[in-house]
Amino acid sequence: MSDTHAITIEKVLPYKPEKIWRTLTSSEMVARWLMPNDFVAEVGRRFNFRTKPMGDWDGVVDCEVLAADPPLLLRYSWKGGSDANPAYGSRLNSTVTWTLTPVEGGTHLKMVHDGFVFPGNRFAFDAMSPGWGRVLDRIGELTAEG
Amino acid sequence: MEMTAAAQLTNVMKTLADPTRRAVFERIAREGEVAATGLVKGSKVSQPAVSQHLRALRDAGLVMERRDGRHIHYRVAPKGLAPLVDWLGHYRTFWNERFENLEKLLKETE
Repeated sequence: MSDTHAITIEKVLPYKPEKIWRTLTSSEMVARWLMPNDFVAEVGRRFNFRTKPMGDWDGVVDCEVLAADPPLLLRYSWKGGSDANPAYGSRLNSTVTWTLTPVEGGTHLKMVHDGFVFPGNRFAFDAMSPGWGRVLDRIGELTAEG
Repeated sequence: MEMTAAAQLTNVMKTLADPTRRAVFERIAREGEVAATGLVKGSKVSQPAVSQHLRALRDAGLVMERRDGRHIHYRVAPKGLAPLVDWLGHYRTFWNERFENLEKLLKETE
């Protein structure tokens, strides 16, 4: 059981890894599909994403390139938000990992946003674990009944 | 008492940060409805400690009480975990949208 919860999105795209890598790493391209940024794909490089301010958060995501292995692996830290914000603007100290695997007809692209840790660091929000799965199922049933 | 979404989220997370309290919560969820006395019997935790955890769970909106004579029964409040689900849901939506943008851009630059 892990202390963090991750969001995973994956899909096979009909392009070569090199092409997808360019879209994931060119600052100008990233601005077009993700957010304005000053990204450079060099390990150790610090950069920011800029989005709309929310509550007492200025909308800046502080990042650092943790891994860049073209065209197969890209990982950066993702820190920002505020304790005072709910949902999208809430505090996060997380990691985003992009994995590109050549497959027949294109590339298997996988994004994992990991590090949704809850205060105290002891709370394991693990919806995938049997215990939490059951809890959530049960809540779903109750909601349907209610 | 109306709490902001942020306060609700923090409250739920803090309440469930305690492993013993979380175990109590999971047990209530698993069993559907449990009397406080039943919770004490089946665990190594003392009666005052169980009462304190139940109070915290109730105050955070995670469980509901039903009085039946001298007994109080507890069950999971259906919307108790909603603040947690919302938080992750927002990010999931965010990434789904960005992923679509990425695909569109790849197509445009073919």
